[in-house]
Amino acid sequence: MTVRVQREDFDVGAEMAALTRGNTQIGGVTSFVGLVRDMGGGAGSGAMTLEHYPGMTEKMLAAIDDEAHARWPLEASLVVHRYGRLEPGDQIVLIIVASPHRAAAFEACHFLIDWLKTKAPFWKLEETGAGEARWVEARESDDAAAERWAANSRREAAE
Amino acid sequence: MKILYFAWLRQRTGTGEEEISLPEGVHDVAGLIDWLKGRGPEYLEAFSDTSAIRVAVNQEFATLETVLRGNEEVALFPPMTGG
Repeated sequence: MTVRVQREDFDVGAEMAALTRGNTQIGGVTSFVGLVRDMGGGAGSGAMTLEHYPGMTEKMLAAIDDEAHARWPLEASLVVHRYGRLEPGDQIVLIIVASPHRAAAFEACHFLIDWLKTKAPFWKLEETGAGEARWVEARESDDAAAERWAANSRREAAE
Repeated sequence: MKILYFAWLRQRTGTGEEEISLPEGVHDVAGLIDWLKGRGPEYLEAFSDTSAIRVAVNQEFATLETVLRGNEEVALFPPMTGG
């Protein structure tokens, strides 16, 4: 139920403790942490700069989070996405979902990262070495992953 | 209206954000992009492949057919790569 867009790093343990504190209806918590992967194959620093659309980013993350709460019985959720320059191994995105039962927590967490990848306005500029940089291209597999949840939604609606 | 450009659209046009008046004869996003293409070679090149361009109007996803009245915030950007 909280979304944050920030330049600073985050502490997964502290965030999880803060999110679940005092709520004894929670029976399971799942988290997803995305890290900057070195895609340069040794050329360049592998660092990247994340650009986003202030205003729309927060709005889209909140909408995706609302959708997760509409689909699953969740007690709490948190989405944190960083922007600015990040190096390989740096944490880039955090999703934490808490529910009375594990199935909802696992599914909602998976749904949130899949939808975030195709619906939140972020763009990665990758440093390729010698002062060069290239914009990372969107992957069709990410669209397919997001679409899978749309298909699930339609199937459930038909039942 | 306010126009925002992100990622390589910002770099290729050399513009991050600008205010314009809705040009005469422009009624939708497709019309706006056609008008932008006429501003110079850098715009023509940036908007050469509209299939690679995503649009938001007032911070909601929109399409080339979305109607514009002149008081919107229109954002133009490539497919997103967050996460």
